[in-house]
Amino acid sequence: MNRDLRGKVAIVGVGQAGLGKADGFTEMEILAQAARVAVDDAGLRMGDIDGLTTASVLAPMWAMPVIEYLGLDPTFIDSTMLGGSSFVAHMMPAIQALVSGQCSAVLVCYGSTQRTSPISRSVIASVRRDFDPQPYEYPYEPLNPLSTYAMAAARHMHEYGTTRENLADVVVAARSWATLNPDALRRTPLTRAEVLAAPMISDPLSTFDCCMVNDGAAAYVMVRADRARDLPHAPVHVLGTATRVHGRQGSSLPSLTETAAVESGRAAFAMAGLSPSEIDVAELYDAFSINTILFLEDLGFCPKGEGGRFVADGAIAPGGSLPVNTNGGGLSCIHPGMYGAFITVEAVRQLRGTCGERQVAGAEVALVHGNGGTLSSQSTAILGTWATV
Amino acid sequence: MEQGPEAQYFSFLARGNHRIQRCDACGEAVFYPRLYCPKCGGGLSWITPVGTGVVYSATTVRRKPEQGGDYSIALVDLTEGARLMTRIVDIPSEDVRIGMPVRFAGVGPDTRTVLYRPEA
Ligand SMILES: [Zn+2]
Repeated sequence: MNRDLRGKVAIVGVGQAGLGKADGFTEMEILAQAARVAVDDAGLRMGDIDGLTTASVLAPMWAMPVIEYLGLDPTFIDSTMLGGSSFVAHMMPAIQALVSGQCSAVLVCYGSTQRTSPISRSVIASVRRDFDPQPYEYPYEPLNPLSTYAMAAARHMHEYGTTRENLADVVVAARSWATLNPDALRRTPLTRAEVLAAPMISDPLSTFDCCMVNDGAAAYVMVRADRARDLPHAPVHVLGTATRVHGRQGSSLPSLTETAAVESGRAAFAMAGLSPSEIDVAELYDAFSINTILFLEDLGFCPKGEGGRFVADGAIAPGGSLPVNTNGGGLSCIHPGMYGAFITVEAVRQLRGTCGERQVAGAEVALVHGNGGTLSSQSTAILGTWATV
Repeated sequence: MEQGPEAQYFSFLARGNHRIQRCDACGEAVFYPRLYCPKCGGGLSWITPVGTGVVYSATTVRRKPEQGGDYSIALVDLTEGARLMTRIVDIPSEDVRIGMPVRFAGVGPDTRTVLYRPEA
């Protein structure tokens, strides 16, 4: 167990850039903008950064061009690619590198211009078929990742009586939070009836059940807790974090209704010495509406199978019993391909108390949960203010 | 020329035969084809599945009629215990139900897929 690493490292700077459409800017350029904002926010200079973690949807050797572009000379580098959860998964290796003294300031960064990219998503999908073959799924033409999440939703409905109305409540809650966030891209209020009327794409998921595809970049900076005290913002400490992977393809996962988040969550809570009832705000990677329900269950906020009923009556919406996806989520705030860094930024802002209208009053402990692939990789992090260390 | 399990599998399909594997050590039914059992590391032998299974989950992918129309994607738990992706044929996609018994309906025309239909 990593109990001795609890609270030893803090997030001291956050930044975002190019949210929505980064017209005229490249992926690297918006990444650099977000990185600069995060480093400035931390009260540091780019020359102080001696640790880097990053990953790219498209470029397999991404750490090298990022080092080159930013002019870094890092003694710690991690570019582990686990899909959208990567930027939560990068926390533990960064903590170990910081605590061991291998480096003293880690920049975690990501950028994507998949909305405005001249390369169409179908071309990317076709290249991926050759470079990253899944010969026991691709020939059936699942509309992945969507179709695998759709089958998870269908199975959850079958096993636990979850309904389309429950999924719609997740969508409406996310949109309600987004209306309070000036940075969110979908801010028009939405009703359950409107969600239920949307056309199916891969049953039982409709257009509203799916996250957006945007441009965007996000970054954060981590340092050891002793150093964090001297920096401009109240540090947000990593109290617990863990990552688990059961496989890659939906057809090979042991279950589509119980994910590896059960184990990543249990390990993160054990490291933090906390339980789900002590979480003030949860940022759960909602690539699709079913994700929120699955992760509420797998992380222990409600019993397995009760997630659909848990989200009813606005329980996760503003004013509900558990604030979830307070920026509006991947469903309504932003989703540039891989979203893990964005939920981390939102959790840090909640714990700093700088979220304006959407601020969760008195938030001291936040849970960030990243998901990657088709429910394939699961990374949980529990963050807390200085008072919780 | 000796072939790996993946090439062997698709050679079976090219001849219209579906095969899965069973672990020589622990008896686990294994799909997709591998060199070693993912459960215990044991060696694997090809077996002919009995051809029956049950739908674990399914979805209808919505596609414009001019592009070929809607189609089904399903995960089927074979009677042997392994799970695989397939398409359920012979019924409208939206009539595919979780828990529905299905039977092997042959190899797809592309020889890269296996198809299942509702058990009669
Ligand atoms: Zn075995």
